[in-house]
Amino acid sequence: MLQQYAIIGIFLLGAVGTAVGSIVVNWLVRPKPEPKGDKRATYECGLETIGPTWVQFKARYFLYALVFLLFDVETIFLYPWAVGFQELGFLAFVEMMIFIGILALGLWYAWKEEGLKWL
Amino acid sequence: MPDSQAVFFWLLAALVIGSALAVVLLKNIVHSALYLFLTFVGVAGLYILLHAEFLAAVQLLIYAGAIAVLIVFAVMLVRRGDIRLSNLYSIHFLPALVVSLVLFALVAVAVGRQLWLGYLAPPPEEPLVSLARNFLGEYVIAFEVAAILLLSAIVGAVLIVRGRRRSAP
Repeated sequence: MLQQYAIIGIFLLGAVGTAVGSIVVNWLVRPKPEPKGDKRATYECGLETIGPTWVQFKARYFLYALVFLLFDVETIFLYPWAVGFQELGFLAFVEMMIFIGILALGLWYAWKEEGLKWL
Repeated sequence: MPDSQAVFFWLLAALVIGSALAVVLLKNIVHSALYLFLTFVGVAGLYILLHAEFLAAVQLLIYAGAIAVLIVFAVMLVRRGDIRLSNLYSIHFLPALVVSLVLFALVAVAVGRQLWLGYLAPPPEEPLVSLARNFLGEYVIAFEVAAILLLSAIVGAVLIVRGRRRSAP
């Protein structure tokens, strides 16, 4: 069992190593005197920022997170069905379609009430 | 050479406890939320060690995927302009310490009194398929009711947001 997860572990180490490694190499090869003046400015990344970085977002965006959470829960219910799809048969398919249909109703309602509109 | 299962367990336990401590101790509440995400991932790793792969997938998808996003959103949305204003010091340090210690003692006693019997029955061959068979066979009514519960949650969320929009156009 652990051998299968060792592959995931190697991927994880690779990902972390890439991130940490690039920062470390940057730190090693950069010119040592502290940058000053225009060197500290944001360049090639759009406009100069105005005001603090930590701004408040609209409370409406919480709805997207909430709807995402609910459909995430639906996905969890789909997993066991998908794994046993072959042997569960037609009745299970119909039952699952009813389940998805009830939740599609929720999606339709959110759509109708412009809950999905990005502001 | 200790066996690898124990090594992984202690590594994951250290990750979970360390990131949980970071959640409580860090000054910036956004960083606390991100460390909460790490805690959820560590718990998912513990589930995998217990051979509960489906539970680990649920933990990753629901907690690390959705709940963490929800918490980050909630923090971002209600935060004041200055981050320090949303993470105030509590003056009730001592009472909080006492309450936490009492809670810890209660949990420790409860865990200590538990009889650990191991498996009461052998786990099913294909746990996911037997789960699906129960969902769609014997407990299908409860299963569809769960869908209606989720539907009402969606409708409730949309209604709350819509109400706010109409009252303040």
